[in-house]
Amino acid sequence: MQEILFYIFSALTLLCGLLVVFNPFSRNPVTSAMFLVLTIISMSGLFVLLKAFFLAAVQILVYAGAVIVLFLFVIMLLDVKEEERRRYQKFGTFLGFAAVTGLAMLIINTIKQSGVSQALTGDGVAETKPLGKLLFTDYLLPFEIVSILLLVAMVGCILLSKREETAEAEAE
Amino acid sequence: MTEWFNSLPAGQQFALFSLLKIVIAVFAVVLPMVAYSVVAERRISAWIQDRVGPNRVGPWGLLQPAADGLKFILKEDFTPAYVRKVYFWLAPAVSMVPALMTLAVIPFGTKIGDQRAVISDLNVGILYTFGIVSLSVYGIVLAGYASNSKYPFLGGIRSSAQMISYEIAMGMSVVPVFMLVGELNLTKVVEYQASGAWLIFKQPLAFIIFLIAAFAETNRLPFDMPESESELVGGYHTEYSSMKFALFFLGEYAAMIAVSAMMVVLFLGGWTLPFAGLNETASTLGIGLLQVGIFIGKLLLFMGLFIWVRWMLPRFRYDQLMDLGWKRFVPLALANIVVTALYLYFTLTK
Repeated sequence: MQEILFYIFSALTLLCGLLVVFNPFSRNPVTSAMFLVLTIISMSGLFVLLKAFFLAAVQILVYAGAVIVLFLFVIMLLDVKEEERRRYQKFGTFLGFAAVTGLAMLIINTIKQSGVSQALTGDGVAETKPLGKLLFTDYLLPFEIVSILLLVAMVGCILLSKREETAEAEAE
Repeated sequence: MTEWFNSLPAGQQFALFSLLKIVIAVFAVVLPMVAYSVVAERRISAWIQDRVGPNRVGPWGLLQPAADGLKFILKEDFTPAYVRKVYFWLAPAVSMVPALMTLAVIPFGTKIGDQRAVISDLNVGILYTFGIVSLSVYGIVLAGYASNSKYPFLGGIRSSAQMISYEIAMGMSVVPVFMLVGELNLTKVVEYQASGAWLIFKQPLAFIIFLIAAFAETNRLPFDMPESESELVGGYHTEYSSMKFALFFLGEYAAMIAVSAMMVVLFLGGWTLPFAGLNETASTLGIGLLQVGIFIGKLLLFMGLFIWVRWMLPRFRYDQLMDLGWKRFVPLALANIVVTALYLYFTLTK
């Protein structure tokens, strides 16, 4: 049962991921964004199979629930008719597929050489409490660095959007 | 029947019982409740405005939902020529489903017979509900996009900004609750409250923030900016007719039920009452059902509050809404987390 579900979810993840960037039926960016939502939901299905419920829930909460809604927000505000009219360029498509195949070969070879041949079981730290403890003890430094990085990004965003406003006000 | 059932392996028995619980919870409890909250809304609003309200269909107008349902199905389902068809069809469904999915982790009682009164007892229950609730924004955004005209579009944009903002306040407001309980499992939250005071008394600020954010999340007045009929005609569902419109309408009520159920579990002690031994696991079928009744009673209390507030308060302006969310609630919720953490630090280290 678990194996069947694994194949279903991985197939869905890959298929939807492909349809995000290469969709022969529609060039609409909103469709791409919606397939990205499906990709993320199938990925959280994979996390559930690994018993990482916390990660699965956070994946949906953060990515599907907030980040992609913001994507949609931006796409809807921009004029995307231009993008819809554009055709796929043969060279670009070929290059894209070649890059993905190369990367996939590299990953598969690395996995083979590292000797990790058995399937992943859900024995890692998956529960919320131990995960939190690990984050604040063993991985405290990386955690704090990431926090500061996010803070800097946020301050940068606010600064950039604010400066435009004042510049406009001065111009007036 | 029982022989055949007992011969099944445990996994299949569990699956069958879960299916049964889902079917009963959704079709026998939640959907009728949705239908009758619409009637309740109309009757209460009539009462508040000194009118009679719908009282013609059946005794006291109680068959009104049946008449409304029939009307919605028989009306012409009009699809304007300029809409984006796929999303136009998808949006009403997407707005209804998340509200129903949230109910899967809500513990609505202790035991009915030998079965536990919760569909799925997830260890990350609350995160699951927040995740699913955060998906409900897609119904509205897609409706706004699919309609391909100005008013629905503005409604869709407004709702996506509003729901993301208030989700943050809502999520942060419950953090202190889980700091006190020490678990994310909703059943454990209720058990914690069964053995002590309800969390509404321990975390009143969290409750108030959560309650107001819940109004914003369900797009109810005073936060119904996405549809605000006086400026946006009907907001995101301007272009919708017949049953598709009804699905948005019912989805709103289903979301109200879901969020009320969450508030009952988080702050009002779920199925417990602090007397007559009702805050212990049920030993008989009768008490089990009574506890489900208590849960539904508390839930109806919140539904009443939702309806009452709608007819009492005027609508916020959009900038006021954003101010309230970001400049008041987010800092307040953060302060509440810090205070609770300090309290726990000093009481636990002693």
